[in-house]
Amino acid sequence: MTDVRAEELHIGESDDVVRVRQIVRDAAVELGFSIVDQTKVVTAASELARNTYTYGGGGRFRAELLNSGSRHGLRLIFEDDGPGIPDIEKALSDGYTTGTGLGMGLGGARRLVSEFNIESKPGAGTRIVATRWR
Amino acid sequence: MSTTPTSRLADVVNRHQDELLSEWVQAQQLMTSRRMGLITNADLERESRELLGLLQRALADGDGTSVDGPQWDPVRDFLSGLSRSRAEAGFSPSDTAMFVFSLKQPLLSRLSQEFGDDARSLIDIIWETTSLIDRLGLVTTEEYQKGREAVIARQQRELIELSTPVVKLWDGVVAVPLIGTLDSERTQIVMESLLERIVETNSTMAIIDITGVPTVDTLVAQHLLKTVAAARLMGADCVISGIRPQIAQTIVHLGLTLSEVTTKATMADAITHALDQSGLRIAPVTKE
Amino acid sequence: MAEAERIPILKMGDLLLVTIQVDMHDRIAMRLQDDLTERIVSDHARGVLIDISSLEIVDSFIGRMLANIAAMSRVLDADTVVVGMRPAVAITLVELGLSLPDVRTALNVEQGMQLLADGGKANGWPHHDGRSR
Repeated sequence: MTDVRAEELHIGESDDVVRVRQIVRDAAVELGFSIVDQTKVVTAASELARNTYTYGGGGRFRAELLNSGSRHGLRLIFEDDGPGIPDIEKALSDGYTTGTGLGMGLGGARRLVSEFNIESKPGAGTRIVATRWR
Repeated sequence: MSTTPTSRLADVVNRHQDELLSEWVQAQQLMTSRRMGLITNADLERESRELLGLLQRALADGDGTSVDGPQWDPVRDFLSGLSRSRAEAGFSPSDTAMFVFSLKQPLLSRLSQEFGDDARSLIDIIWETTSLIDRLGLVTTEEYQKGREAVIARQQRELIELSTPVVKLWDGVVAVPLIGTLDSERTQIVMESLLERIVETNSTMAIIDITGVPTVDTLVAQHLLKTVAAARLMGADCVISGIRPQIAQTIVHLGLTLSEVTTKATMADAITHALDQSGLRIAPVTKE
Repeated sequence: MAEAERIPILKMGDLLLVTIQVDMHDRIAMRLQDDLTERIVSDHARGVLIDISSLEIVDSFIGRMLANIAAMSRVLDADTVVVGMRPAVAITLVELGLSLPDVRTALNVEQGMQLLADGGKANGWPHHDGRSR
């Protein structure tokens, strides 16, 4: 019996990155994550939210609290209709920077979560699903 | 008035609340008569009254065919809390589930009194009621399980922490002797425990001794390096000691750079180093 | 941006002390960078102490801000020490790949001030130098 509750936020301005952090922190606390895991998942969310705002031109964020018997997890979904990422592999490797030099969020965020999925094509926007299990 | 089984059930619960409560409490008391010492009558009644109230509200707002929706959150939360407190008090999972199941009898007898003449309606509403109570009973059991799992996880973690103690050598210096194979989970726990102790003891130096670690592969080395980097970010330096010749070879062979890390062959060397850094030394006591 | 939205900078002798206690918006972080740079010059500061013991989250943006402040202060002939990073934050930053090699660190304000007192213009790692007990 999987229990899923969700919270959504539209990312439209830079302050929304902090709001995303707060939503994710509250969710992680509710799910009983350890302090270290809370820090990791909130930091990952911060990186991804900032990317959505800075490179995606804004977008949608959704946090899902997953409760299925013995497994508890937090799923973060970031979507934008921005320019897309031309070379995903390169973007995921560290030290990758574009534009104002604020890159590197993707590879780092991936290491902070348990599951990481990214779909992005130039001209078709980007969709990232990152899940951290407790 | 709507005539869905849910609304009919809601209606019956509303109108016969007090009788249902007293019959239910009585049924529980009969069952747990052996374990009466574990819970007082007053608490039993209070908890039953609360659940009945929450049940009423959930039935009023929502659907009796599933207990997953948000209207059932208060009921599930209550059962979750109850499950854990009963577990702590020493009740078995069956006892705890029976808290819920024992509500069936009083409910079903009320329902057959109300709808006894209408076989069709009676069957529908009994089916829905039974399913509902069963589901709630299952929720209780699952929550009991989760509680047990949490205890086990915590105990496992404590075991790992106990087996790799971080000791304070003297003011400002801590040491952790790592023993055995370092898997990912264990290393994480040791790393966290070391960093916490550094903060607690205000230590600026940590000696990580790996004499007792049989093999060092890339993964283990990475974990060690991460620990050193994290400690430095916090303001403490690490010294890795106990590097056996074979391990030194492996490290070089794997092409790992430990250039930013202070390493010593033995724990003794590391302690001497720590003494130097602290501006201390060990000297023989001069006899008068 | 409201005038009130700034992180206060305290002057203590020839040191500047900053205590970051809020979950910072990016703009406040950028503002802090600018304010600190100005104050180092205007107050003739030779040291900057940034206390992040209240911060539960330091992401790559804040991490870079700290590195920038350290670098800029060096150019202005002052030293920066970041103190009080929490274990969970340190673990996460390392996982992110940000080990901030050129930023000097200390466990707390007291040790940070000692570091600033003893140390010369050392570059950060290793910072055994000047750290006497």
